[in-house]
Amino acid sequence: MIKVIDLKKKFDHTWVTNGVTIDIPDGKMTLIIGRSGEGKSVLLKQLVGLIKPTSGHIIVDGVDITKLTEKELSVELKKFGYVFQFAALLDSLNVFENIGITLLESGMPRKEVLAIVTEKLKLVHLSEDTLHKYPSELSGGMRKRVGLARTLVTNPKIIFYDEPSTGLDPITACAIHELMFNMQKELGITSVVITHDVELFKYADYIALLYDGKIQCVGEAKDIWESDNPYVYQFIRGLPNGPITTEQQHFKDKF
Amino acid sequence: MLIRVIDAIGSYSLYLCNQLGAFTLFFISFLRTLCTTKPKIKKLFEQMSRIGVDSFTITVLTGTFTGMVFALQSYIGFQRVGGEQFIGAVVALGMVRELGPVLTGLMVTGRACSAIAAELGTMRITEQIDALCTLRIDTFQYLVIPRIVASTLMLPALAAFAMIFGIVGGYVVCVYVLQLSPEDYSSSIRTYVEWYDIRGGLIKACVFGLILSWVGSYKGYNTRGGARGVGISTTQSVVLSSIMILVSNYFLTKMLEQL
Repeated sequence: MIKVIDLKKKFDHTWVTNGVTIDIPDGKMTLIIGRSGEGKSVLLKQLVGLIKPTSGHIIVDGVDITKLTEKELSVELKKFGYVFQFAALLDSLNVFENIGITLLESGMPRKEVLAIVTEKLKLVHLSEDTLHKYPSELSGGMRKRVGLARTLVTNPKIIFYDEPSTGLDPITACAIHELMFNMQKELGITSVVITHDVELFKYADYIALLYDGKIQCVGEAKDIWESDNPYVYQFIRGLPNGPITTEQQHFKDKF
Repeated sequence: MLIRVIDAIGSYSLYLCNQLGAFTLFFISFLRTLCTTKPKIKKLFEQMSRIGVDSFTITVLTGTFTGMVFALQSYIGFQRVGGEQFIGAVVALGMVRELGPVLTGLMVTGRACSAIAAELGTMRITEQIDALCTLRIDTFQYLVIPRIVASTLMLPALAAFAMIFGIVGGYVVCVYVLQLSPEDYSSSIRTYVEWYDIRGGLIKACVFGLILSWVGSYKGYNTRGGARGVGISTTQSVVLSSIMILVSNYFLTKMLEQL
């Protein structure tokens, strides 16, 4: 269980997250939706320890990770995996080295690493032929799969996905969604997904809407879909008029 | 108006202090990681090859032609006072004490420091460094230490080649172009060049290697923005590293004199 309490992050004079409070249950898929530039990635990066919050608490399995030392945090964050928006594969390494990087760096023999990497590659439905390819030789969908396989190697309890279907065609996006859903069900992984893709709603257990630096609404997926909360109603239907201001107006207010 | 000027000076001073602090903390993190973690030997050799071996040609060319032109210019001056027999010593001392390490430092800055900044900068903006962090890989151990250690170790070797080829270049000009005695050239070197001259030059090269890789790594690691950010980091790293090499050269010379 992850409990986020009054999480705030300020960059220069701007509050990007301004009091986010949310409970993320174990073994479920929780979606955090919101418009582009709303601070979803910043929120996720705070949860995974890449950005230090200005104030607030992140409690993971009873431990407040905002109060830990760097060393303690490093141990605690082993539970986490992070799949980046554009996969963030190391472009100087091939697929095998990218997926197995944590094992190779820990000194495990290449033969043993190969066995694990091949197993993870199968989980994300990629063939062994891709092992010696470099990221520049892969399609967007394949990169996302390799990114997911790289995360799975560390056996995380919780995986954070940053816009998993951005930039993909609908068929590939659907395949990636299916893959995420299957991973969550088969391996019992807690998934936290930030997205603005409403297609992903059918796989989600819980959905939260981030707007103006706060969670405006959170609930079970089916309830959110039918919700008459004005923010959710406007966002899901993509209505130009409503409490969520236009992008230009929003940025004008914010900055 | 006055308040605005004072405000601007104050803001700039704060910005400079902030930058200097971050730059120093980066070095402290490097030292701490170097002392507390196991070095990545494969990565170190990779970087030694990229920073050192790949810079060999430009270093040798720079050393050779600098030695040649130095001999030619010295001849013009020494001929007027009848001191042609000292040209060898002057070229050798110039190459060993100053030109070898400084020019090597500046050439490798242009080639390797910019490459370090651009590579790490690109890794930063494409979230590759963040990805390493989420995989709990120590980014200093994996990215920074191999580059700084390799550069610090390889610069003296490169400077030594620049010195040797500079002296050889001077010899070629003196003997084959200016028709001076080869014996005069080599005996003056043997007479006037001491071991501590060479030692000083190599220590300088070592420090320059540290400076250029420290600046390149710091600028690249802290790149912000997109492609423009990488460009800015790369340019700044070359400018800052070159200035630091030239300024530190004076203080190093002063310090080494007292050793």
